[in-house]
Order: sequence, then C-alpha cells, then structure tokens
Amino acid sequence: MTLTAASGTGERTARKNSPGAAPRTRRSGRLRRIGLPYLLLLPALLLELLVHLVPMAIGIVVSFKELTQFHIRDWGTAPWTGLDNYSLAVDFNAPVGEALLKSFLTTCLFTLFSVGLCWLLGVAAAVFLQEGFRGRGFLRTIFLVPYALPVYAAVITWAFMFQRDNGLINHVLHDQLGLTDTPPFWLIGENSFITLLVVSVWKGWPFAFLIIMAGLQNIPREIYEAAALDGAGIWQQILRVTLPSLRPVNQVLVLVLFLWTFNDFNTPFVLFGKAAPEAADLISLHIYQSSFQTWNFGTGSAMSVLLLLFLLVVTGAYLLLTSRGRKATDA
Amino acid sequence: MAAPRSFLWSRRIFLTLLTGFVLLPVYVMVSSSLKPLEDVSGTFQWIPSDLTVRPYFDIWETVPLADYFMNSLIVAGAATVCSVTIAVFAAYAVSRYSFRGKRVFTVTVLSTQMFPGILFLLPLFLIYVNIGNATGIALFGSRGGLILTYLTFSLPFSIWMLIGYFDSVPRDLDEAAKVDGCGPLGALFRVVVPAAVPGIVAVAVYAFMTAWGEVLFASVMTNETTRTLAVGLQGYSTQNDVYWNQIMAASLVVSLPVVAGFLLLQRYLVTGLTAGAVK
Repeated sequence: MTLTAASGTGERTARKNSPGAAPRTRRSGRLRRIGLPYLLLLPALLLELLVHLVPMAIGIVVSFKELTQFHIRDWGTAPWTGLDNYSLAVDFNAPVGEALLKSFLTTCLFTLFSVGLCWLLGVAAAVFLQEGFRGRGFLRTIFLVPYALPVYAAVITWAFMFQRDNGLINHVLHDQLGLTDTPPFWLIGENSFITLLVVSVWKGWPFAFLIIMAGLQNIPREIYEAAALDGAGIWQQILRVTLPSLRPVNQVLVLVLFLWTFNDFNTPFVLFGKAAPEAADLISLHIYQSSFQTWNFGTGSAMSVLLLLFLLVVTGAYLLLTSRGRKATDA
Repeated sequence: MAAPRSFLWSRRIFLTLLTGFVLLPVYVMVSSSLKPLEDVSGTFQWIPSDLTVRPYFDIWETVPLADYFMNSLIVAGAATVCSVTIAVFAAYAVSRYSFRGKRVFTVTVLSTQMFPGILFLLPLFLIYVNIGNATGIALFGSRGGLILTYLTFSLPFSIWMLIGYFDSVPRDLDEAAKVDGCGPLGALFRVVVPAAVPGIVAVAVYAFMTAWGEVLFASVMTNETTRTLAVGLQGYSTQNDVYWNQIMAASLVVSLPVVAGFLLLQRYLVTGLTAGAVK
C-alpha cells in the first residue's frame, strides 16, 4: 500500500516537472500496473495457501503414511506405507472398505433426495411469490428463517422434536393420529435416514429459494407479456417461460447444493452425535469417525482424498455437460 | 391477466403447508423454552400448561453461556472483518485488472467450494500443533486458530460473490475517479466500495453466519476457555438429565443476533446474490 501511494505522488510531481523525467515515470507506471493486482491479491493468496493448499498437500502426504496417535506430535516421522491406506479403504470385502462403500452409497442417495426436494420447494415457493399479493414480503422473510438460524440451534430443535418419548413428531403420529402401534425411534435405526432428510431439506431449501428468486428478477417482463398475447395461461407461462429461463441459474444452484449436501457434516453431527446410525452415516461424519475415534489418521486422509477425487470428477463432468448444453442451445 | 382458480388454490395450499413446515421448529423452540423441566421431559404438549421464564435465567448458570457467547462473537466477528477486507482487495484485482494467473486464481478459489471440510480438519490440526511446537504460538485451541480456520469457509465465497458485484459497478466510475487524481486504491475506496455496499454487506452477513454456525472445527479445535456456542450447547445434557427447556431457551438466545441481523439485512443479501451469484 505504501509502495503504490509513494509511486503515485512520484508520478504526479514528475508530470509537473520537466518532460525529461517522462521515461522513468512510464516505467514505474507500468511496474505499478503489473505489480498492483498481485499486491492486492497477496493477502488472499497467502491465506489460500495457508488454509487450503498447504493443508491439502499435507493431507495427501499423510494419506501415504501410517499415522496414529503415537506420531501426531511429529507426524513427519510416521512411517511410509505406500498405497496401504488406499487399498484398505477400497477393499470392499473387508470391514473398513465395506463400511466406506456403504456410507458413500447412503450419501449419494441422501444427496439425490435432498437436492431434488430443496430445488422443488425453492422453485415452487419462488414462482408462487413472484406475483404480487398481500403478505408476500412477510412470507419471503419467514421462508428465510431456516437459512438464518445457526445449524446447531435449528438441528438440536429437530432432534428434540424427533425424541421417541417426549418429542412432537411421535406425539402427533402416535398419540394424536394413532398411525403407529408403538412410538417409533427416529434417531436410531432405519428411520434415521428420513429424519436426516427432513432436517436437511428444511435447512437447505431456503438457499435454493433465494437464488431462484434472484434469477426470476432477471427474466424480462416482455417475454411473459408476449406469451400471454399468444394465449398462454399462467401454468403454461411457468412451464414454457419461467423454467427454461432459469436454466443457467439452476445449473449453478444444483452444483452448489450438491457439493454442500454431499460434504455436510454439521447436520448429522448435531442430530446423531459422533456416531451416526448406519442408515444415516454420511461420508463426512464417517471419515471423521474413522480418523478421530479410531485414531487412524492415515486411512482417514486416504478416504478424504478419494472423496475429493470423486467430487472433482463429478463436478468436472457436470461443468462439461452443462457448458456443452449451453453451447448447443446458443447455436 | 387474472390468475385462474387452479393457480390461486395451489398457491394458497402450498404456501400454507410450507409456512407450517418452516415455522414448526420455531414454535417448538419458543414454546418449549417456556416450560418447566417436568413438562419437556414428559409427553409433548402443544399448549404449555405451565408458563415459566425460569429456563432463561438458568441457562447462564448451567453452563458458562456468557463466555461461549463472547468467544463466538470474537471469533465470528474477527473472521468476518478479515475475510471481507481480504476479499475486497482480491475481488477488485480480479474485477479490474488483467494479469497472468488470473484464471488459475479464480478457478482455485471456486474449486475450494467443493472441498469437504473434513479434508482440512486433520492437516490444519497437524499444522497448528507443529507451529505450536516450533514457535510456541498456541494456535490449536486458541481463538486465533479458529479465526484462521473459519476463513477457509468464508473467503472463497466472499471473493467469488464480490467479483460479480464489482463487475456490476460501471468501470467508467472508477476510471473517472482516476482521471480526477485518485490512485487505484483511492478509486477502490471512494467509488467501487461505496457503490458495492449491498454486496459487501451480503458477504459480511454470510461470513458471520458461517462462523457463528460452524460445528466441526469448533468441537475439535477449542478448549475449556475458547469454547464457542456450537459446542457449548452440548453442555445442557448431563448423564441424568437433558434440560430440553434450557436447550431451547439457549438456542433461541444464540439465534437471535444472527436472525435479527439477517432479517434486517436480507434485502441486501438478495441484491448481493443477484449481482454476484446469478451472472
């Protein structure tokens, strides 16, 4: 900062003085133009390096080591094991690999449902709130509450609602509606998948709603008017104008929702504690469990790297597909 | 054109159901926070039979909630200020200059969005422990370490959003400022930043909310004295009792600052997202 300020005043005084100083000024001006962007980026670069790139490199190194609690103070001395951690993680016939595969498949299924439902609710709410009516602004504010609440406060409330004996859900299902013979468990066993999905959708759909609302503002009114002139009713306008116009927004939104949901740790962690029931064992929590509960950091790192590779491939393929689709529609 | 009945009825039914779904936990939180312990331990009651504000006094005694509150405030506040400041400079560079490595930088920033938090947990833990061993600066378990960690989440998103927002500020404006004798930094602070206030507010709100709500790193990287609210709330369940009324009261109290701030500033968030994300 001081550097640019100094050269700035230098330039100004130089311009006022003799024309003989011009070449030097031009050189320092160019230096400043080239150097300035990097100077502005420097803090961000340093931090990215410290909190992203270096940790990632260390994570990759550790995934090739046998790192247990004995070497944690001085992890450089942990013995190399080559690909042992990886072969342990992908050996689907052994307990570790089998559990990882199961958790991975659970996460895929969970992400599919969660992203789909979040998107559906988001689109429907945004479309229904597009036309003016009384109470529209109020509803919009209400709908953003799940997004604003801190994860742990919101999820802990859901955990309370899903308690077997004193929760609201069983009170309604069992006591009031009489739908079940005995009050079911929601936080352990097979039902926990549904529980996790409900909470995740509740917490996640307002983000879809926000983005789609923003996207709707960019659709010109004239297209709707033209469609109306052509005799399209409101349902047809939604189907033929709104949804196609949202395509670029949806592509970004679905990708972001996918990544956030797939990597979600907070929701299952607050809902179930350190060990999630098998039916709701999302991959982030599973890896955490593998690293910090059993103190096997090498295997945990190998799992993280595999997860990252998977996400890279999926994201790359998705970006390639959607950009090709966009080119095709442009042509 | 008047909307047909089918549309009006679908809208009415859908919005009613959705409002119920959204507000259900809020109702449970508020009503349960006003019940005595016997009531929240027994069968759920829609209407509290016994209203009491005792839980709101007890929450400060059962766990040192005020300390956790302070820790959260310091960590989230510092992370927000740092990430917004750093992001403003970086986004300005990307938005206004062309330079070598620009694409690499933006792609790297964007792709960090896809990294699972769990990937960084162990390495950061190792780095902090090593720095501590080598220099005596205790990052592990300290507020500083947590602040640094939270930049992991908010910085890429902040840079990404601000690039979009700065792009939407007409270039002519800061060019004009430069002609009038402003340096590049003068143009940034006198023209671009004031014009981009909604975007910057949106980014700040987002950064604060992520830090305020983060659980994973808070539970691994804090100790007795630096514990944040995310971990502190677990203190209301003891081996014998779960103080659900106090948990609900405390949840409400810790939610109030962010929800109030968010609802006040949501107008900016929506504008910020329009400019930043949907481009």
